[in-house]
Amino acid sequence: MAEEILEAPNVVEYPFSRTTGPVVGAFLTALREGFVVGIKAADGSVIVPPVEYDPFTAEALTEIVEVADAGEVVSWAWVAEPLADQPLDRPFAWALIKLDGADTPMVHAVDTGGDPAGISTGSRVVARWRPPKPAGSDEPGPGLAEDPNPPRAYREGHILDIECFVPEAS
Amino acid sequence: MKMRDVAIVSFAQTHHERATRELNEVEMLMPILSEALAGAGIGKDRVDFVCSGSSDYLAGQPFSFVVTLDAFGPWPPISESHVDMDGAWAVYEAWVKMQLGKVDVALIYAYGKSSPGDIRRVLSRQLDPYYLGPLWVDSVALAALQARAGLDAGAFSVEDMARVAAASRHNAMSNPYAQLSGEVDVADLLAEADFVAPLHKHDCAPVTDGAAVVVLAAGGAARELCDRPAWIRGIDHRIEPHALGARDLTTSVSTRLAAEHAGLGAKPVDVAELHAPFTHQELILRRALGLDEDVSVNPSGGALCANPVMAAGLIRMGEAARRISSGKADRAVAHATSGPCLQQNLLCVLEGD
Repeated sequence: MAEEILEAPNVVEYPFSRTTGPVVGAFLTALREGFVVGIKAADGSVIVPPVEYDPFTAEALTEIVEVADAGEVVSWAWVAEPLADQPLDRPFAWALIKLDGADTPMVHAVDTGGDPAGISTGSRVVARWRPPKPAGSDEPGPGLAEDPNPPRAYREGHILDIECFVPEAS
Repeated sequence: MKMRDVAIVSFAQTHHERATRELNEVEMLMPILSEALAGAGIGKDRVDFVCSGSSDYLAGQPFSFVVTLDAFGPWPPISESHVDMDGAWAVYEAWVKMQLGKVDVALIYAYGKSSPGDIRRVLSRQLDPYYLGPLWVDSVALAALQARAGLDAGAFSVEDMARVAAASRHNAMSNPYAQLSGEVDVADLLAEADFVAPLHKHDCAPVTDGAAVVVLAAGGAARELCDRPAWIRGIDHRIEPHALGARDLTTSVSTRLAAEHAGLGAKPVDVAELHAPFTHQELILRRALGLDEDVSVNPSGGALCANPVMAAGLIRMGEAARRISSGKADRAVAHATSGPCLQQNLLCVLEGD
């Protein structure tokens, strides 16, 4: 008879909170307010989301610039079976999205209603924002809830303040 | 500065499997540690330095690598280090340490058991915690974005990608340690359903439990321990920005730079062992390295046929060295990668004499 192999659940947690600083913080604060910012790189190009140091010269970057919340799909991948905790629990696309005014694309999810034909390289998408947090709301902020991935009802300074992107109405 | 000659003199690896549930990491490593020492004809008393590569995120507990040190046996006290990187980077650390002259023999091991968790989700934890980490965008999805960018740019086709998968599995038929092998038809592969489109399952490395060990020796010790040492003639690693959007994903600037600094172009190589966990990444690497058509690429089958995370890069070094020591090759290049979409790349040029 084969020996029984013992198993036990092992829940790994990293319950840290961080201070995001003037660059990442500016991006997250803008999201909470419902707009998107990037940062001007050493060569004048606009990097979105903003990075603290120039990717090529390593100099500290400081000039925050606003970009649009809509743009063009640079590349995309179709997820027929989403994994746990991903932004959508039904078939969706990951995309590299170059927002208008940005020179680099950012990664986010695109909801085409489950239809892979709803996205293509070069197609236009726009952010689907969560609503602003009402005054007096006691919804937990990120990192405070017991659940490491709490459902986010409102914008609170988090990449998922943009719930996902959707195809731009033509 | 005159660099000290350091060579790979012995190599051992596990029979890679989807899941080795009956073995813990120590049990997985012990037989191949013995095998690698025996291959060099030495006992552990000859080892001046031990360096390992692994990830606590796979084991699911902090400092798990300290526990795994029991496989070697750290008593009486030993000189030891660890990198939270593929074992290829542990080789780099040992090589640097050996340049200082105090270490003549070093033992490197690396291991990864992906089976207890979901490796796609585990690898998402290496992403930045603000922009990508909270999306739980997984390793296959990011590779799929890279593949689409390359396909759109005309850098390669889905047929090219499937051919890489078929060639890898064909090559792995002569590798008894491989997890996947066999003759497969490119048309059959392409007829299979999409996985994370544009990637098919055959474009992705399998999920693997496995480990590997390499013994390094310097100068006269290398000649003593091995009839034909695989001398490290150049070793270099380069890192691209972590901001994915700032990179050109259709090429590999860091691989090209590492190749230049490792002196790859000085002479042709007979063998290239490339650590490409996705088919399109092998195509990107071949181009970045400027490999001629007659170079034997991944005669072992590569990571597409066995991908023990944290050890798959070290295995490339071992496989390349093995071909030099056996006389099948005179000059080889081994490559290891880390991070999403080939973010980090290490190259090691090996020669026999």
